[in-house]
This record gives sequence, structure tokens and C-alpha cells, in this order.
Amino acid sequence: MTNDEIIRTINEALAREFELENDKMVPEATLFDALELDSLDMVDMVIVLENAFKFKITEEEEIRGIRTLGDIHSFVIKKSDQIRKESK
Amino acid sequence: MVMRRVVVTGMGAVSPYGQGVDLLNDSLMAGKSGITECPELTAMDGVRSHVAGMVKNIDPKTVPRKYRRSMSSMSIFSVIACQEAIESSGLSPDCCSSEDMGIVLGSTITSTDTFINFFDDYFVKKNMENMRSTLFFKLMNHSCAFNVSQVLGIKGRVIAPSAACSTGCQSVGIGYEMIAFGKQDYMLCGGADEFHPLTTMSFDLINAASTGYNSSPSKTPKPFDRDRDGMVCSEGCGILLLESLESAKARGADILAEVVGFSSTSNPENIANPNAESLIPCMKRALSDAGLEPGDIDYVNAHATGTVQGDIEECNAVFEVFGGDTPVSSLKGHLGHTMAASGSLELIASINMMRKKTVIPTLNLENIDDLCKKLFLLQNTEEIEIEYLLKNNFALGGVNSSLILRSYKE
Repeated sequence: MTNDEIIRTINEALAREFELENDKMVPEATLFDALELDSLDMVDMVIVLENAFKFKITEEEEIRGIRTLGDIHSFVIKKSDQIRKESK
Repeated sequence: MVMRRVVVTGMGAVSPYGQGVDLLNDSLMAGKSGITECPELTAMDGVRSHVAGMVKNIDPKTVPRKYRRSMSSMSIFSVIACQEAIESSGLSPDCCSSEDMGIVLGSTITSTDTFINFFDDYFVKKNMENMRSTLFFKLMNHSCAFNVSQVLGIKGRVIAPSAACSTGCQSVGIGYEMIAFGKQDYMLCGGADEFHPLTTMSFDLINAASTGYNSSPSKTPKPFDRDRDGMVCSEGCGILLLESLESAKARGADILAEVVGFSSTSNPENIANPNAESLIPCMKRALSDAGLEPGDIDYVNAHATGTVQGDIEECNAVFEVFGGDTPVSSLKGHLGHTMAASGSLELIASINMMRKKTVIPTLNLENIDDLCKKLFLLQNTEEIEIEYLLKNNFALGGVNSSLILRSYKE
């Protein structure tokens, strides 16, 4: 999966789960303010990402530092790279 | 302590006809049935009753996702009905922003569909990794009440009684008492339930569900009729907004009716079968609460679900209290049994009858059962001046309730 495909998959999955409008799905969008998500949504966001990418991230410390949609893109791209390298 | 007078100033409904009080009242007045075939029941082996009264044409997305994520359909019905009740009352949207506004709203059971989804993960997939953070909020017993309070910003009492078919009537009675005692100034009161085949199957099992009209759903249930064969399960939500008379007058509200009496009693002898001996004191205590004599009541809106035994017991009880000259009808022939919502939805319709001076007959009552003939059971629409009406609801578990409304006069 290319980085663009990863970003598209993330945006589509989050838009579907949280009924977000496409024009709000920009990397700089803050999750709590711009996208109006909250702590319960963050729990569900992890589940949505785990389902979309078939990895486990619930226990990852880095998730707690995520503030923007771009942070999610970067986190998942990094995680996907890591998994790819480990599988080689 | 001086008791305050309590009046109804707003109403909201979601019923098998769809959304809105006007649609409910117009459909009832037109003699329309809300009962249709239920494909989920038809597809299930071992279920004999294939009919239900399911809510139509509701758009859940009118409730913002932030709130909807913790709601099953009964909470969505509740929000829509409460919003209509407040809007129709003329209160401003910020009326909930003080602790003076409370809500008393309950349901029969929690959301069966939500439980099924959970148990599919738990027992079948044996995997809880898909469980959402808000699932438990849909299952809590006060789900309807707190979900409405979150959407509307209610800061007063949030009470969630659960007494099956008596819930809606009890809720209005509880709200009435809270306002009368000065504990709250405004109360949204009612009941809500969402349909699931489990309810029909439970009544089918105890031979209390209608099974003989699957190919003609609008012909059942048939309260008081010789050929009745049981109840039909339905869903919906009915809400009455109560406030003190002085508050309603001070703001020039349109006063729809006055609540003047309430009683709730228990029948500890049987969890499933109502009996006249327990229903009689319930109605008498409501009369006593209102300071009325039986002859003061101009119309009885019966619980009458269309079961063989329940209708006869209620007939015997009503006859014992009121004799055979007081007009009586049931709205279950139109709506089926909307369970926790039945008391409040049928109160809304009764208030409309009172205001229109027109009483709706029992739909599908063609041949009155010999054992019910001693009552004045309406088979045609009648113009009747109603000053006082009494509403009955009787529930599984032996919970009886009766409420008395008065046509408001200065």
C-alpha cells in the first residue's frame, strides 16, 4: 500500500465512522477542535484503524500524542513501514 | 403543604404512523391501523404471530452523531418526541438550562438489537475487538432519559421508571406529583420502546399475542371483540410536558389539559394475568386523589390490549367502579401495544379527544364479547363533552396505573 493509499484509507474509514465531511479531512485538522471528536471517539478511532489496517495499536504509547489528522497519517505510515520491515 | 395544580402544555409523539402528534391524532381519528406484517417474525420458525406496529419514516440523522452514537432507536424516538413537546409548549429552547426542568422517561427493556450485536461478538465470534466505546450507553436502563437530557441540556431530575406497559402512565403520574409538590417546575414525561421480535415471541409463548390475522394485519388486535386473539406489539414514544398552572398562565401558554389524579398499585398475585380485584382499587385511588366520584368521569380510555383474559378483567373492574353508562374505548386496535409508550401516547390522543369533543371508538371492535357487553363500549365516533377522563394501564409484573385528566378551565 502506498502512502497515498494509506491516507485515503484512513480518511475514508474515519469519515464513515464519525460522519465527517470530506472538506474537513485535511492533515492540519485537529481531532478535538476541527473534527469535533472527543475521548470516546479516540477509543473508537483506534478500533477503526486496527480494522482498516489489520494491526494492533491499542497499547502503543505514541497514540496518546496524536493531535491532528496528519499525526494519524504519519503514525499509520510509520507503523506500516515498521511491519513491512519486520516481515522481510 | 400547598399542592400546585399541574397542566399539560406540550406533547410529542413517535408512533407506528410516524413522527408527530398531528399525524398520530389525524390517523386515529381517521380510523387507520398502524399494524403491518413483520418479515422478521414471519421468517422465524416457531413464532405464530407475524404482525407488529413499527415506526415509519424517521430519520435518525436529525440527531447529531455526537449524541446518536450512544442511542438505540428508542432513544432516537425519545429525542424527537421531546423536541416536539418543547416546541409545541412555546417554551424557549433554553428552558432546559436550569435545574427547574426534569425528565421522567422509561422503557420496558433495554435495546435487544444492541445486546444481540454484543453477544454475536461475545459468543459467536469470540472477539471483542470491535466493541465500541458507546455500546454500554445504549444498554443502560436509563438510556432514553439520559440521552434526551444530553441532547436538550436538561439539568434537573433525570428519572427512568421501568414498569413495562404501565411505564408511560406512571411517568406522567410521577412528573405530576413532582410538580405538584414543587420539586420541579417543568417535567418531560413519558415512555418509549423499540420493537424487537423477542417481545412478540414472549407474548406468543404465553398465548397472549394475536396469531389469527397474519394475512390481514389491520384487522388485529381486536380489543373487547368476540374474536380477539391477543395483543400486537408495537413501538414508539409519547411525551407530555407538564408544568405548574401558575407557570403556564404566567407565560400565556396554551393549556392542553390538567392532571388531577394518579394512582399506581400492585397485584402481587400473578405476574402475567391482571385481575379485576387489583384494578378496582387502582382506579378508585386515582378518583380519590382527584377528589372525584365515579360519576364525574366522562370517558375511560382503557388499557385493553385485545387479550382474552385481560380485556374481561378490565371490563369487570371498570363496570364495578363506573357502572355501564360511561363511554369506554381502547386505542390498541389502531396502534397495537406500544408497551412503555402506550400510556403516554394514548394520553396524548385522549387529550385530543377531550379538546375536539370527539371520542374515538375501538378499532376492529365488530362483535362485542358477551362478557364485555355490560360496558358502554364505543363502536362509532361519538361527540362527547369530556370534563374528566380516566386512563388505565396495566403491566406484566402486576403494575397497575390510572391517571385522571381534566379539561382545563380557569
